Amino acid sequence: MNIFRALIRRELSMFFQGPTGFIIISAVLFLISLGFLVVLYGLNGEATPMPVTQIFYETYFFWLILLLIAPAITMRSFAMERASGTYESLMTAPVGDWQVVLSKFTGALIFYMILWTPLLVCSIVVRFYVGESAVLGFGTMFTTSMGILMIGSLYVSIGCFASALTQNQAVAAVGSFAIGAALFFTGFFSYFSGDRTDFFSLLARHISLANHMESFTRGILDLGAIIFFLSLTSLFLYLTHKVVESRRWK
Amino acid sequence: MIEVENLTKHYGQHVALDGITFAVGHGEVVGFLGPNGAGKSTTMRILTTFLAATSGSVHIGGDCVFERPNQVRSRIGYMPENNPLPIDLRARDYLVFRAQLKHLSKDMATKRVDEVVEQCGISNEENRYIGQLSRGYRQRVGMADALLANPELIILDEPTSGLDPNQVRSVRSLIRKLAGKHTVLISSHILSEIEMTCDRVIILHEGKLLASGEMNKLISKSNSKVVAEIRAPLIDIKNWVNEIALEDSELIEQKNGYVRCQFSGTKNNDAREQIFATVNERGWELRELSRHTPSLEDLFVSLTNGKEGNR
Repeated sequence: MNIFRALIRRELSMFFQGPTGFIIISAVLFLISLGFLVVLYGLNGEATPMPVTQIFYETYFFWLILLLIAPAITMRSFAMERASGTYESLMTAPVGDWQVVLSKFTGALIFYMILWTPLLVCSIVVRFYVGESAVLGFGTMFTTSMGILMIGSLYVSIGCFASALTQNQAVAAVGSFAIGAALFFTGFFSYFSGDRTDFFSLLARHISLANHMESFTRGILDLGAIIFFLSLTSLFLYLTHKVVESRRWK
Repeated sequence: MIEVENLTKHYGQHVALDGITFAVGHGEVVGFLGPNGAGKSTTMRILTTFLAATSGSVHIGGDCVFERPNQVRSRIGYMPENNPLPIDLRARDYLVFRAQLKHLSKDMATKRVDEVVEQCGISNEENRYIGQLSRGYRQRVGMADALLANPELIILDEPTSGLDPNQVRSVRSLIRKLAGKHTVLISSHILSEIEMTCDRVIILHEGKLLASGEMNKLISKSNSKVVAEIRAPLIDIKNWVNEIALEDSELIEQKNGYVRCQFSGTKNNDAREQIFATVNERGWELRELSRHTPSLEDLFVSLTNGKEGNR
């Protein structure tokens, strides 16, 4: 446990020792602020039936952050260590492969959640001025955070996987963006399939991240969605572990 | 401490190691010698559990490196080739981080970091970022890391590459001090390096083990050489050489009438007395009479060239 904590602290320190972390933070802050403006504009008119979190989620900024930021966070996790050679001293210290994979994943996920804190501040501001729990209850805020955490762990695990495959950070970023975008856009087929119940329409509806996220922002904790995200995250972490382990295959 | 049997490693078609067998005992300082691409780093990576071998077995302190990697790792202090370090950390913070990875408790970590910082002479620089340190100091940080957990076995991959002579000297004396307490395996293609620090040497070439054994024995196996510089006509000297029956002679004329005579071949090891007596008898002038034991370099060249000739 001690080792795990040391590894996570090291992962987080990598973001804040150089400019990278701060550049990512400013980019996300900018996008969240734009989203916040749209939310304020939406609230300015007549009473809305939607919770504020759902309005925010319906802006493009939310998905932009998700698709772009996760690769930016995770591209360095394995690729940089491989390129600089510190990977060798890390993997020959008495730490297990799983400890390394999980610490890199957890470190990136913590940083990812830190990035979303401005949204929390925005929500509190809105809540303070509106003062009406139907617009923004603590329940919806909680489920939205859950949704962000769930989608985040999936995208961060995809990023770790892509980063473990290469020692070139750019390749890692493009790779994880490609997998993430493919997953995201495949879900859009559910809009075309309408009410059809054939296998592919059902599959498209099931892997539609947008559908899952929408229920989170409405204040619904959908067990199916949580299982979906956790199982996909575990799959990508498992694949990452296999890649890390592969150097010791005969 | 280390038992390697029939170790083979293929990278695709390329054979990096070809059936290597050797053993290293407790407290020995062993040099791993070979030209670039001989398989030194690959062997070290397999010993340190970073890579798996294609076939063969490796045991460190009785534990198989493939089956019990974590036990093996906690026995080893390893400095990889080119000594990779994170440049964004201060030297001391890095060592504390490494101490935690090596299962040292908080108090123990602080104590050990203090000790290795002292031992490796980085006390003055411990609070600087590694990125700002000179190459010599980085090397010491890498060594300090290898020593942190007080491991039974210390493996250093080219510990002196890229250092200036003073730094090389200090690294060398550090390695010498480790002998006895730790088993040390160092690799190098600098022969004088190994010659000065190691009791035993293992010579690799193109993935094969060329020679292994105690330095003195290896060297004494190869021929030593006797050199005499004599002032006399070349013709007379040729006759004299035939007379005293010294084999493998080489005569080189020098300035002001001297002839440099080199006698190689094992039989001539103690030919100096005979040479002195016979030269004195003839009343020739003798300005040099010496015996040259071959260096590791000679040994290495003769071994590796021989191999290349056979290809």
